[in-house]
Amino acid sequence: MVAGLLLGGFYAAVSLGVSLIFGLLDIANIAQPAFVILGSYAAYVMNSSFGLDPILTGLLFTPVFYFLGAVVYRLYYGSFERRGDESLRGLVFFFGVLFIIEVSLSLKYGVDYRLVDAAYIGKSIDLGGVGIAFRLLVPCLVGLAMTLALHLFLSRTFYGRAVMAVSQDRLALRLMGADPVQIKTIAFGVGIAAASLAGALLITIAPVVPSTDRDYIGRMFAITVLGGMGSVAGTLVAAVILGVAESLMATFFGPSWSLAVSFGILLVVLAVRPAGLFGR
Amino acid sequence: MKRSGTWGLLNWALIGATVGALVLASGGVFVARGADPIKIGFGMALTGGLSANGKPALLAVQIWKDDVNKRGGLLGRPVELVYYDDQTNPATVPGIYTKLLDVDKVDLIISGYGTNLIAPLMPIAMERKLTILGMFGLANNEKYRYPNFFQIQPAGPDPQTSTAIGFFELAATQTPRPQTVAIVGADAEYPQNALVGARELIKKFGFKTVYDKTYPPSTVDYTPIVRAIKATNADIVFVASYPPDSVGMLRAAHEVGLQPKIFGGGMVGLQFTSVMTSMGSMLNGVVNYDFWAPEPTMLAFPGIKEFLNEYQARAAKAGVDPLGYYLPPYSYALVQVLGQAVDATKSLDQQKLADYIRATEFNTIVGRVKFGKNGEWAKGRTLMVQYQKVHGTGIEQFRGPGKKVVLYPEELKSGAIIYPYSAAKN
Amino acid sequence: MMARPARALLVGLAVVGAGIVVAALRVNQYVYFAGYVVLQYVVIATAWNILGGYAGYVNFGTPAFFALGAYTAVFLIQSTRAPLPVLILAGGLVSALLGLGIGYLTLRLRGVFFSIATLALSIVLQTMIINWEYVGGSRGLSVIRPSGPPFGSYVTFLFTVMVLLSVVAVTVARFIERSWIGRGLAALRDNEEAAECMGVPTLRLKLFATTVSGFLLGVAGAPFPYYVTFVEPNSAFNLDYAVNALAMPMIGGTTSWVGPVIGAVLLGTAQQLATVTISSEMNLFIVGVVLVAFVVLAPEGILGLVRRLRGR
Repeated sequence: MVAGLLLGGFYAAVSLGVSLIFGLLDIANIAQPAFVILGSYAAYVMNSSFGLDPILTGLLFTPVFYFLGAVVYRLYYGSFERRGDESLRGLVFFFGVLFIIEVSLSLKYGVDYRLVDAAYIGKSIDLGGVGIAFRLLVPCLVGLAMTLALHLFLSRTFYGRAVMAVSQDRLALRLMGADPVQIKTIAFGVGIAAASLAGALLITIAPVVPSTDRDYIGRMFAITVLGGMGSVAGTLVAAVILGVAESLMATFFGPSWSLAVSFGILLVVLAVRPAGLFGR
Repeated sequence: MKRSGTWGLLNWALIGATVGALVLASGGVFVARGADPIKIGFGMALTGGLSANGKPALLAVQIWKDDVNKRGGLLGRPVELVYYDDQTNPATVPGIYTKLLDVDKVDLIISGYGTNLIAPLMPIAMERKLTILGMFGLANNEKYRYPNFFQIQPAGPDPQTSTAIGFFELAATQTPRPQTVAIVGADAEYPQNALVGARELIKKFGFKTVYDKTYPPSTVDYTPIVRAIKATNADIVFVASYPPDSVGMLRAAHEVGLQPKIFGGGMVGLQFTSVMTSMGSMLNGVVNYDFWAPEPTMLAFPGIKEFLNEYQARAAKAGVDPLGYYLPPYSYALVQVLGQAVDATKSLDQQKLADYIRATEFNTIVGRVKFGKNGEWAKGRTLMVQYQKVHGTGIEQFRGPGKKVVLYPEELKSGAIIYPYSAAKN
Repeated sequence: MMARPARALLVGLAVVGAGIVVAALRVNQYVYFAGYVVLQYVVIATAWNILGGYAGYVNFGTPAFFALGAYTAVFLIQSTRAPLPVLILAGGLVSALLGLGIGYLTLRLRGVFFSIATLALSIVLQTMIINWEYVGGSRGLSVIRPSGPPFGSYVTFLFTVMVLLSVVAVTVARFIERSWIGRGLAALRDNEEAAECMGVPTLRLKLFATTVSGFLLGVAGAPFPYYVTFVEPNSAFNLDYAVNALAMPMIGGTTSWVGPVIGAVLLGTAQQLATVTISSEMNLFIVGVVLVAFVVLAPEGILGLVRRLRGR
């Protein structure tokens, strides 16, 4: 149960980017997991050559990723959104981006499993008889912090509110004097920047290879949909539900079915309540 | 709809043009090269799940080729390798090998790395009555019983129990004798085979199973599994896992405080240098299967030191495992067997080669190799090693002896087991 | 107007005939192996396009249908050693049922939600297969081909079968496209509500499209066990099928039956050549770059390019 909660915190961190980009901006960025893995490799490189803490690296790299995200969005906007045929072709576009990132990584760094080293990995703390691993606790806490930060960003800042607005009414936003494209660029950049940090968390928890991203495509989108598309709190709750479901299955019924159960939940939710658990 | 007439024609013309263009383009590829060198063909996992092993295996075969060519080649002809990436995907294997055989006209074939990539090769080789040397496949020939198949993994006549046999034999001889067993493994080819073997051995040695579960390979967090195992209080914990889950299980075992009397068994990945150097002292006490360790008993075989020097010198440039202590010696030994067979029979005749390989004991860098039933080693030789006195994460300590102590089999033993597990954990 | 079906039939027969001639030539075994894969993709891309291109529902679960066809075949081989035509038919029917199932999903799910649901379906199905020991579970299963194919080697036989199947698939797609069904689906793709209002039976059409698409995908998967002779979940449920099923029609052009064929032949052949010439890392890289380039520069696919060049 505790393990599930911790895992949920981490899943939330991984899914926030998708929640923002897919949930609010309606851009099916299927390449998001690849950006996460890119973040993992950034953490790995800085960790193995300079001994830098992976999560610190993740934080340091957010501006780089933000910039990367902004560039990708501009390209996307120029090619699809402006022409108004974004959905299907956009999907294919991001699939292409996913492959390009994945292959570039495996060409540069090979296909060995990469891990990082930090003081808190492999240690655990005993809370009332339940050992809690720092390796999971730290990502969970960072995940929670990210969730909170994103929530504050969306509700308290001008740009954040503009992002919320752009997902609802583009015209009103224009009347307010803000440029939707610029707002979306910012939001997309923030989403990708979140991937940098999420990637650092991922490599703290488990070893990473360039093709690890494929394991996460399903989970990320499942969480976003379950959480009700772009609701930050919903994403957190959905992530925790998924994490707890996986953990409970693993503990009590045999882990073999844990993944199927998560996606079974998703299928049922989609069939019964497509707007997700916390849909608007 | 009135333009459908021209449309139809145009469409067909377009299809025709693309097909034609591609046939022409491929024509350039299909030009056969000179027949002078002896060509050895294979597919190899250079991308995908098994590439971390496939790439070092390729380097080992390349080193053999260079060694042979330095000595003047085989039958006075230089050796050339023709290989393609099978992407760790069995579906590519039939295409790759027919290309090798029919277009590249290779003289000899060896398999790619791994059970799943050998399986689709079997019927192709059988249809054409070829001799195949398999590189690390588990029980590939049980169903086919093809006489001209030989396999270099030292699994022995009973492949399924080969991973676990040393582990349970060691456990059975300890005092106090452990009683209960927990076994766990990934839902994938190798771990499932290893678990089947482990169940058989548990029955044979009279242990009591208290936990027997599998998990999907994409599991992120292993602490719930380890916690469930801990709750059973098993004396023996046998894990059959692939690299990411091996790391996950080991970390979780430390975090949860799993304290069985003996721990490990069939964890793939702990042998990789990149994993060893990042797990460091967490490895201490783990008893795990292995194929090679830099212990005096293993270094006694002729040619192995030269091979490792060459491998380690070239590994960095090839971007593969820097030490190469796990599979590469066997990949080299595999082509050594093939080369020795060609030299001795002075022929490339598939049947003659197979007959010779079946009848001969070969002297290779991994020791003496004699093939027996189903083309497996006549006598199994999967090692059980225990990680001992690992300090920190430096790579240098793993170069020499003493860190991966060989416990099993008896004739290669290089040290004593530290028992129970907690005593070695420090 | 009467001439059109007749001509289509003739062209189909001609392709089958050409396929048999190629098979009879026994040029080089490799051609059949590579050709089989390319043709398999012709069927997959065509089947995908019936739902994705005509109706606008993007199916990410292609591997699920393909693998279901393959595993139905494995099950029948294990239990009854049924002959190949039976396997193909059974594989198709089981996948068609799954298709009908996801057809009902479209009642509630549109756009990307539908895509995600199909992706989830694929994962659930894969887990079930992994835990089903009879068809090999996660270990996989070696399938022994029946001895003595009707003619040639077994691979030439399989190749001919695939030629036949792809002609069937393309003919079905062409028929759908040109009939009222295709026009109904196109209306539905452009605006589902409007189509509904205009009296287009959207649900029945969608169910039809998902079922036919599922059937053809299953048909493409059924001979797979005999082709590789070794079936395991990771290769049968490979993400490549999902990507290629999507990419091939996109490259060719989604609005016409010719598009998927061109895309499959081009991309499929390019991939086959890349596997045996350059490293497959580069292969994937090229797929990625080509995909991005095509959707950015030629959104209507090759067909669109040609149409533009002809000034339409």
